[in-house]
Amino acid sequence: MADEILRVEDLHVSVEDTPILNGMTLTIHRGEIHVVMGRNGAGKSTLASVIMGHPAYEITKGTIHYMGTNIEEMSVFERARAGMFLSFQYPAVIPGVQVGTFLKKSVQSVRDEPLKGRAFRKELNAAMTALDMPKTVLSRYVNDGFSGGEKKRLEILQMLLLKPNLALLDETDSGLDIDALRIVAKGINSVAPQAGCLIITHYQRLLDHVQPHFVHVMIGGVIAQTGGPELALKLEKDGYEWLEATTEA
Amino acid sequence: MSDEAREAVGDYQFGFHDPENATIRFDKGLSEKVVRDISALKDEPEWMTDIRVKAYHHFMERAMPDWGNCGELNNIDFDNVTYFLRSSDATEKNWDDVPDDIKNTFDRLGIPEAEQKWLGGVTAQYESEAVYHSIREDLEDQGVLFLDMDSGLKEHPEVVKKYFGTVIPYSDNKFSALNTAVWSGGSFIYVPKGVHVEMPVQAYFRINAQNMGQFERTLIIADEGSSIHYVEGCTAPTYSTDSLHSAVVELIAMKGAKIRYSTIQNWSANVYNLVTKRGVAHENATVEWVDGNIGSKLTMKYPSVLLKGEGAHAEVISVAYAGAGQHQDAGAKVHHLAPNTTSSILSKSISKNGGRSSYRGMLQVTPKSHGCRSKIVCDALMLDSTSRSDTYPTMEIGNPTADLEHEASVSKVSGDQLFYLMSRGFTEEEAMGLIVNGFFEPFTRELPMEYAVELNKLLELEMEGSIG
Ligand SMILES: Nc1ncnc2c1ncn2[C@@H]1O[C@H](COP(=O)(O)OP(=O)(O)OP(=O)(O)O)[C@@H](O)[C@H]1O
Ligand SMILES: [Mg+2]
Repeated sequence: MADEILRVEDLHVSVEDTPILNGMTLTIHRGEIHVVMGRNGAGKSTLASVIMGHPAYEITKGTIHYMGTNIEEMSVFERARAGMFLSFQYPAVIPGVQVGTFLKKSVQSVRDEPLKGRAFRKELNAAMTALDMPKTVLSRYVNDGFSGGEKKRLEILQMLLLKPNLALLDETDSGLDIDALRIVAKGINSVAPQAGCLIITHYQRLLDHVQPHFVHVMIGGVIAQTGGPELALKLEKDGYEWLEATTEA
Repeated sequence: MSDEAREAVGDYQFGFHDPENATIRFDKGLSEKVVRDISALKDEPEWMTDIRVKAYHHFMERAMPDWGNCGELNNIDFDNVTYFLRSSDATEKNWDDVPDDIKNTFDRLGIPEAEQKWLGGVTAQYESEAVYHSIREDLEDQGVLFLDMDSGLKEHPEVVKKYFGTVIPYSDNKFSALNTAVWSGGSFIYVPKGVHVEMPVQAYFRINAQNMGQFERTLIIADEGSSIHYVEGCTAPTYSTDSLHSAVVELIAMKGAKIRYSTIQNWSANVYNLVTKRGVAHENATVEWVDGNIGSKLTMKYPSVLLKGEGAHAEVISVAYAGAGQHQDAGAKVHHLAPNTTSSILSKSISKNGGRSSYRGMLQVTPKSHGCRSKIVCDALMLDSTSRSDTYPTMEIGNPTADLEHEASVSKVSGDQLFYLMSRGFTEEEAMGLIVNGFFEPFTRELPMEYAVELNKLLELEMEGSIG
């Protein structure tokens, strides 16, 4: 597959001099869905944040290429404008800023063209309907007082509107009820064919709705094992211990 | 300028008369003679001259406040202030003299023909003349008096005499004394019994028709069962060549009346903004202050309400923004002087680039005032670690039945919020701007739409070029 979206090579990352990623290597092409699993604290969110450019993480070694370009010097907003998207494990609350205003401004800055009010509203309506979100969300403040599931739905709504080339989804399935899981999966599936997807999850159940091409297991800041959907099933059944044993050996 | 004024100036020793610009400008500094001459020039009744003179002496004798930012207060050079200035067509200020940063702000706020507007609102006058007149007519039909304070005194001396200085006597504080001695301009409003003025009344129109002074004096009286919303100021920077602004605003809400007074002021960084604002609420009346303070070197302003009649209600919503070298010492005072009175105070402040904002509040419940309720919320947001925020709440609770709530919070913009917003395409400055606008939202939503939009834009501009 020629259309390479993301290439992470031998990535080492530290926070305040504590190493967290210790040589991650991963390549994602357009149309591919990669799933990353691993114990709490394995470094999954760190990987997603560092790809998105979080300033708190220091790359001590290795590179990240996005669509063929080394993005080390790109700031967070430039990455967003270049088509990278992160659905947060813990989306931030922005008090006093209405969702509607926020979405419009965000889409405007990422698309870098003036938005036609009516066309945007139509698009927004369609996306919200697809995600079964009530219109009242638009006048609420961003993530303020949102339930866990509402927050995740808002993340997916943003993904649908921003139409990224690279979608990093950090535990977007956590805290979703069964119906919401199905709806969110539908959202992911609608974006996935045009994008590279990296889905971080703890549960195999999302994979009943979203078919991954690769499943990676992270242990101690590296990929310990890569397989297909069957790997997720095995993890669900056996946990991580058998893998850790082989890694240590 | 009127002929009388020109005549008066002819034999005025301290001033000079520039026939070309038809401008009256007094020499700098204050004396009893200056005060008397201001009064004479305006052809005021004797009682007003007397009050001015008394106030002048009180001002001279009165010590500087020994609280607030004393260091800054003592830097004020009263001898270097021009206490009276009048120009015939307000074009006396030259656009070329306006500092570039202020001109730029006008441009970026998208205020078209800023120059014309700057020049005393010439544009506003001809563009808004129709609007202005229709509003005036509409109000007049309902018997509402809406004039500048000088005309108010001329045309309705009996009303002015009855209420002037009753809420804020000249002896209230040093700056109310100064204002009473040299006041000029401001608004005079009387709303008759039972009249509800539906649209917000904007000083904007009047200011553009008159040359607004720096010691303006405003008096608003809402008679029984009436209501009015008065909006003063605008978000365009108020550039003042003189560095002292000291206004007095008195509100009187009679039984069952409601007055809301909204202000946003954006002063240039050389200004001392020392304003006394107080309202009286009689039985079941409501007084609301919506007060926004941006800019200035030092602002000391604590809109207050005297809840005099049973069941009266006070509401104070204020925001302050302190940037580099600025101190916003703002807050609210509410005095529960009657039973079953209620009040709510919301104060929000932002400090940035070493700016300082202080909340100074006073809540009083007198012993005979049972069944009072009050809620005070103070939120401070710090945009960096060099800025400062402090609170000085004072409570005098004389009645044990009072139901009081007080919440205070100091927060910082979190790295997580910035990362989240930037991952959605916003630059760091834009992200800060959104967070700041969101923080002020409980204030902004109380403003008429056009003011809210302007304020948000202004705050976004304030966030630019300051992060690094
Ligand atoms: N900003 C930070 N400061 C200090 N430690 C951090 C920081 N960010 C991450 N860490 C540490 O790095 C390790 C990896 O964290 P990370 O959030 O990437 O884990 P995760 O795999 O996403 O875990 P979970 O499944 O619980 O979400 C943890 O031990 C965490 O405490
Ligand atoms: Mg995580």
